Amino acid sequence: MVERQAVPVRKSRFAHVPDDGAKLKMLHFMKLVREIEDRIERKLYRQGRIVGGVYVGRGQEAISVGTAIHMEKDDVVAPSHRDMGVFLMRGITPRRIIAQYMGRRAGLTRGRDGNMHMGDMDYNVIAFVSHLGDNVPVAAGAALAFTQRGEKRVALCYNGEGATSRGDWHEGLNLASVHKLPVVYFINNNAYAYSTPMELQMAIPDVAIRASSYGIPGEIVDGNDIVAVYDAAKRAIDRARSGLGPSLVEFKTFRMTGHSAHDDAGYVPPALFEEWQRKDPILRFEKALVDEGVLTPARIEEMQKECAAMIDDAVDWAEQQPFPAPEEVTRDVYYEGK
Amino acid sequence: MSEYTVSAPASLTLDRTGYLELYYFMVLNRKLEERLGILYRQNKVVGGLYSSLGQEACSVGSAYALERGDFLAPMIRNLGAMLVRGVKPVDVMAQYCARAIGPTGGKDLNLHFGWIDRGIISPISMLAALVPVMAGIALEMKMKGKQNMAITYVGDGATSTTDFHEGMNFAAVQKVPLVVVVENNLWAYSTHVSRQANVVDLVVRAEGYGCYGEIVDGNNVLAVLDATRRARARCVAGGGPVMIEAKTFRRKGHAEHDDAGYVPQEQRAEWEKKDPIDAYRRLLLARGLVTGEPEITEIDAKITAILEDAANVALAAPFPDPSTLMENVYG
Amino acid sequence: MPVTTYLDAIKDGIWEEMEKDDRVFVLGEDVGIYGGAFKVTKGMLDRFGPMRVIDTPISESAIVGAAIGAALVGMRPVAEMQFIDFISCCFDQIVNFAAKCRYRWGAGVPIVVRGPCGGGVHGGPFHSQNPESYFFNVPGLKIVCPSTAYDAKGLIKAAIRDPDPVLYFEHKFLYRRIKEDLPTDDFVVPIGKAALRREGDDLSIITYGAMVYKALEAAEELSKTGLDVEVLDLRSILPLDEEAILATAKKTSKVIVLHEATMTGGPGGEVVARIAEKAFEYLDGPIVRIAPPDTPVPYSPTLEEAFLPQTRDIVAAARKLAAY
Repeated sequence: MVERQAVPVRKSRFAHVPDDGAKLKMLHFMKLVREIEDRIERKLYRQGRIVGGVYVGRGQEAISVGTAIHMEKDDVVAPSHRDMGVFLMRGITPRRIIAQYMGRRAGLTRGRDGNMHMGDMDYNVIAFVSHLGDNVPVAAGAALAFTQRGEKRVALCYNGEGATSRGDWHEGLNLASVHKLPVVYFINNNAYAYSTPMELQMAIPDVAIRASSYGIPGEIVDGNDIVAVYDAAKRAIDRARSGLGPSLVEFKTFRMTGHSAHDDAGYVPPALFEEWQRKDPILRFEKALVDEGVLTPARIEEMQKECAAMIDDAVDWAEQQPFPAPEEVTRDVYYEGK
Repeated sequence: MSEYTVSAPASLTLDRTGYLELYYFMVLNRKLEERLGILYRQNKVVGGLYSSLGQEACSVGSAYALERGDFLAPMIRNLGAMLVRGVKPVDVMAQYCARAIGPTGGKDLNLHFGWIDRGIISPISMLAALVPVMAGIALEMKMKGKQNMAITYVGDGATSTTDFHEGMNFAAVQKVPLVVVVENNLWAYSTHVSRQANVVDLVVRAEGYGCYGEIVDGNNVLAVLDATRRARARCVAGGGPVMIEAKTFRRKGHAEHDDAGYVPQEQRAEWEKKDPIDAYRRLLLARGLVTGEPEITEIDAKITAILEDAANVALAAPFPDPSTLMENVYG
Repeated sequence: MPVTTYLDAIKDGIWEEMEKDDRVFVLGEDVGIYGGAFKVTKGMLDRFGPMRVIDTPISESAIVGAAIGAALVGMRPVAEMQFIDFISCCFDQIVNFAAKCRYRWGAGVPIVVRGPCGGGVHGGPFHSQNPESYFFNVPGLKIVCPSTAYDAKGLIKAAIRDPDPVLYFEHKFLYRRIKEDLPTDDFVVPIGKAALRREGDDLSIITYGAMVYKALEAAEELSKTGLDVEVLDLRSILPLDEEAILATAKKTSKVIVLHEATMTGGPGGEVVARIAEKAFEYLDGPIVRIAPPDTPVPYSPTLEEAFLPQTRDIVAAARKLAAY
């Protein structure tokens, strides 16, 4: 892989800055996300060892990791398809995730659904549906239950900029804002919805402009700067938890792949890929941590090896897992008592 | 407390005929709805009755800005707009009384009817469904280079819906000549606008779609007309859709059966003082646009006579023959 | 034993469930301050407060979506569609989110989506529909259509207690016309079980909703000329009570399937198919369907009357089938 000169992270004054422990944790998870998704998309999928399609969030790792790090155990999250970091940080193992991608019984959906269409309420992760934006009112509903029961829990909801064109997105945000629900809406604006660039998706340059339509705060954040993500997310989550209602946080980033593994993204000007490669969130953060003396290049190498070993283990384990038995196909359409 | 007055915006040009036509249509709107109310209490109206009492200026003022080839899609409280576009009282009465001569032959009720060749698209009950539809009509206008616009109406409640959002976004991205009049009459059935949305001015949502928006006094028919004309000019020139938020008030219940006891009496009283027709009448007299009270009375009497005739025709008409049941499901 | 209308039976059922289970709450348009467009939730706001009786914006997708989210974290929402015709506005949330969560990732969605269906009230095309067919073909959903006040109460309780999403279609024509003495104790009507409204040997009418009463009227008239008609009220459309359907078909050997949803693609076709597949040898005549023609529900009384199945239509069809 060609090493490109990373664009240095701007030194800003943030209200919330992660301590060294949090920094290392976030780097580890960003690297783990990158490793698992590279393995899935660049190796396993091309080798025919994945069932169905593959969607990855390369280049956007800072968003899921820098936000999910703030989640309390009881908070509920409704991720979208490029938020692998959410799953890993919630404690869902790479083994189960790879098994999911391989359609095995040991995957999160026991082979019922593929790739990122997974969830587990034991970890408070709501599985998304392909109908983007549907998770917006659902997250509001979870938040509604928290207020009804007087619980200090929040709901987090992730979507791309394309999903914000859908009516469910609007209705969910409107409902959440009228009832001041403890939910935070994150927008992963990675500039393309499949082949549709922003200019064809909406007539505004920033999704955050829509925040005023709901009377809620909106913010634009460099989605490739994990410290900026960390700071903005903490403020929005604290806001929700303290009863002040929802916020809209837009992370600017770039989709460094096609829409899915089979899409070569030929419609994206190559210069854009080059520009955003220089802002790779992992390389930037590694450089910053080395400059700060928190890490050495050798340790980074080690971390990389650790992640690779975890994924090696996950792949080996997952491939040994059985597929679901055909008789299972009619199980659990309805409640069967558990 | 000073009396509510209306005046013509500086940018408005209108001749005496225009001034009088606006009056005519607002009074026709109101008196037709009063007549329908009487028919309703006589059990001649079949189904629900919806009123636009107090909102006549919104419908009439905006529709008067339309030109030939423009398309209009009314909602349930836009009877005035349909009248401006050439719908006759007898059509409305026959429709409300479920008669065969009504514009849908008894298939649908109240203002759920349209006429493609008059540029009127029929609403459905699902609010804001018309927004994406009219965006499509406006798209064709843009594609064919027509110097026309499409206009539709939503209430404050309808701005909460999926179709409103998707329709506005699409219209804005495609930069089509669509004008959406948001009639903020403060109540969606029993839901006050503060429980409908977390903003005071719904027009702020225009920013969220990247289109131009403006607030207008919905009880000033001249202000509404002016705003709609300017909106028309802007969107026909390629400036993208326009959202006009008309501030007004729903003076009756959601429908005739709803006594709207949930509306505070003071609010009702406050808005009664801003009656759009009374204020406009005062302007006509004050500015000498009518020769005097007798000319007003003459217009009123003419309308009463038209409505009397219309009622007679409508009530004498037969109900639709059952054999027409299967017609027009397909072409 | 108080005499209770069909409408109040629904209200009482929801109310009682809200009293005993604080996870149960109601959301929808005009359900709080106004008590609901038909007053099904009248008084609930005062009793249970705005946290459990929520007036929403006009947002069917958000209403059902939020119900799903609240259910995923342990609540038991009862979402109201002001008229069931508006359920099409949240079709996606119902069929793609609610119906498939358990199957896909083991998460139950115990929501109820209820609202008034049906015609005969001059409601026109958008206030008179019977939408069960749109959802009939969606595994993961349950659909119930009560016809009596007893069933209305028993089924709303069953729906609220059910761990899966239930669509509850109450017929608006029956709201205040049906009055029954109801027991005061807590009772539930199981989902998936039909009820025999009238026993007979000669001919079966399988039906549900408001059509049950037309079927009973027809049966009464037919009995005067010696034809003994059995009337089976399905109560549940999904799942169907196949056992009861086959039992009545085998008993009388002549079957009419009657519903108010339009003919093509209506649930009647499924009933007919199952009888043809599993009780063919028992039949002494073709299975007959009676349903409105394939048009939107028309508004004018003469058209609506021609549209809806009338007692005389049922009587005529029964006589013809009996003579086969």
